[in-house]
Amino acid sequence: MKKLLSGNEALALGAYHAGIAVATAYPGTPSTEIMEAVARFKDIYAEWSVNEKVAMEVAMGACYDGARTLVSMKQVGLNVAADPFLAAATTGVNGGLVLIAADDPGIHSSQGEQDTRHFAELAKVPVLEPNDSQSAYDLMAYAFKISEQFDTPVILRSTTRISHSKSMADVKENSIAQRRKAHFSRNVQKYVMLPVNARIRHPLMEERLVKLIDYAETFPLNKIEPGKRSLGVIANGIAYQYAREVFPSASFLKLGMTYPLSEKLIKKFASQVDRILVVEELDPFLEEHIRAMGIEVSGKEFIPRVGELNIDIIESAGRKMGIIDTPVREKITATDGLARRPPLLCPGCPHSGLFYVLAGIGQRLKLPGSKDKTPKESGLTITGDIGCYTLGTYPPLNAMDTCACMGASIGHAIGMEKAGSPDKIVAIIGDSTFLHSGITPLVNAVYDQSKITVVILDNSTTAMTGHQNHPGTGISVQGQQVGKVVLEDLIKGIGVKDLKVVDAFNVKDVRAAVKDSLERQELSVIIVRGDCAVRVPKRDIPRKIDTEKCNQCGICLLIGCPAIQAEGKQPVIDTTMCTGCTICQQVCPKQAIGPC
Amino acid sequence: MKQSSKLTKIDLLITGVGGQGNILASDIVSEVALASGYDVKKTDTLGMAQRGGSVISHVRIAEKVFSPLIKEGEVDILLAFEKLEGVRWASYLKPGGIAIVNNHALPPLSVNLGVDSYPDDKEVIQILKQRTDRIYFVEGTRRVIELGNVKTLNIFMLGCLSSFLPFKPETWQEVIARHLPAKVLQLNKTAFETGSKEIKNVHVG
Repeated sequence: MKKLLSGNEALALGAYHAGIAVATAYPGTPSTEIMEAVARFKDIYAEWSVNEKVAMEVAMGACYDGARTLVSMKQVGLNVAADPFLAAATTGVNGGLVLIAADDPGIHSSQGEQDTRHFAELAKVPVLEPNDSQSAYDLMAYAFKISEQFDTPVILRSTTRISHSKSMADVKENSIAQRRKAHFSRNVQKYVMLPVNARIRHPLMEERLVKLIDYAETFPLNKIEPGKRSLGVIANGIAYQYAREVFPSASFLKLGMTYPLSEKLIKKFASQVDRILVVEELDPFLEEHIRAMGIEVSGKEFIPRVGELNIDIIESAGRKMGIIDTPVREKITATDGLARRPPLLCPGCPHSGLFYVLAGIGQRLKLPGSKDKTPKESGLTITGDIGCYTLGTYPPLNAMDTCACMGASIGHAIGMEKAGSPDKIVAIIGDSTFLHSGITPLVNAVYDQSKITVVILDNSTTAMTGHQNHPGTGISVQGQQVGKVVLEDLIKGIGVKDLKVVDAFNVKDVRAAVKDSLERQELSVIIVRGDCAVRVPKRDIPRKIDTEKCNQCGICLLIGCPAIQAEGKQPVIDTTMCTGCTICQQVCPKQAIGPC
Repeated sequence: MKQSSKLTKIDLLITGVGGQGNILASDIVSEVALASGYDVKKTDTLGMAQRGGSVISHVRIAEKVFSPLIKEGEVDILLAFEKLEGVRWASYLKPGGIAIVNNHALPPLSVNLGVDSYPDDKEVIQILKQRTDRIYFVEGTRRVIELGNVKTLNIFMLGCLSSFLPFKPETWQEVIARHLPAKVLQLNKTAFETGSKEIKNVHVG
């Protein structure tokens, strides 16, 4: 049956048809929709785990018990899950274990650009890479077979463009592989990684890799597509699709398995062509492995190792190589200087009030272009974290000074204090991120007696990735009422003495709480609670500005609310966008803002 | 606006601002093309773009499609839900391609804060004219507000687009019905028809 599926939907359906019984994940662009699609099948167990490390550990437990298990995450999620992942590579599996790691070439929505294939080499496990939704679906069945046949977890590497593109896939209907019966057989040498047992496993991992190379030679999704002799292209993933379009008459070796590599097949291909170009996104992974086989290839001297590829980039590489001579399309003028449209906090965002308060205390609020006042010493450092609230970095709020990885805000704040910063230090972290990786650094702060302020922005969802549930919401990915972790109980239980909970939409209360915490000589936690504006789009009737009372001071524009626009000097509220959150009304010094 | 019965390829770029419904629109046109017997690939920018940022959907329709991303300068039809997002991607148009632009401005924050300026209509036309004379400004936002629901803009714009594509009206209706809840379906059907009529009167040569 032919369907238009996104890469993520095809991966999910492929895994379901392969007979998975358990699926775990933590949301992260571009991988999120895999779990969302898997969770629609109610005859399997699916969960948003608290973070990727736990997702991997739950998946390992399930596979040890014999279940075919899927675990999915974004590329940086695998950094979090690296410890159990490498352990799984050492113990091997019982039921098939497939990890989908979705890379983000071009950094559409990540804190960095990294190539997951290096993890495969580190862990000595195979990597499969789809080039469209059809191959994503097909590869999933192979991934589980390989996992069980070779006693290894398998990485299925996607990328943003594969995960978020839709293409046609011919899929089976209601054909689910027989699920394996749950059963754990005690096997200490395999599952208990005492040094004495790990020493037995390591040579088995090396043997596994040799057997996998043999398997790769006949792997049906490694395929030679014959063409002209003058150019041979070796490509994987989405890069194959671009290259196919740029070099329509070339010979191709399309690789569905990119680690370990099929040496004989590659040598055979090399003997059939005069010159080889390797086209791959990010690092020269294939290129370096192929060169190590003694085969001469071109690659990253023409194809960039940074960013996402596309047809234009590969075409330009082809011109530099002197193998194509299509003319360059004339550029048109004046589009580079156009006003950019970066993402913003939404109208009615529960984070806006807190950022407005912090920016005010930290002397950061300034309308761009305003010449008044010499800049004052801030006296406030704001360490940040990963979520929508990272957008508080942008003008006019300017209210974030660091952002590195999930949960880092609290550790950063501790480190700054311990290094002797004269500033007051505030760490900002969202509810989902706090549960993911913020609890342990908060324990650390209790232990090392840090005098920092930690603000937890609790909008009761994982908003950035599209509103996924987490342990603080008490609702599962399959929509059931499940256990709920109460943040207040958790934080008090850790031993935090000063905990305040405030309404995100009450600016006065937020300001009072922040000022109180900053004056204390102890660790202080403030939960700023308010529902995400995307989930509660109308809190009250929209607001309007009374132009008689308004003196055009521009303070309302400093909230950075997209619903407040300037017509000349006069701010006006777009009533179709306004959610009635009243933050602008509360900060207006002239009481010029009220209900429509 | 002559329709051929079989097309060789259509590269379509749908641009707009997060929240305008671009992705649903690109899903619908892709499924209409698939139901009409073509190979289709489509891809959107998601991630951080959904927070009021620029959103771009590439839709490629042909006998056989490889890359989901369209090459710069090869877009046959640019369907822009917002003016600035129309000119921003003008260089993607092929010479003589079609630009359908909703005559509506959503100024970005930098414009509100007085850092940047919003291009006036003359500039918009001047930039698009470097690629094509086939420019259609449609009063999409105004028409759908008159119809009673600004959220039907995406379906109105698909109505405009449908005049340039050789797909049957019933295929459009069927796919739209599959994607929208019953209570707003009639309103969206009206928006689609209004769009397909509107486009016939607005050519800015």
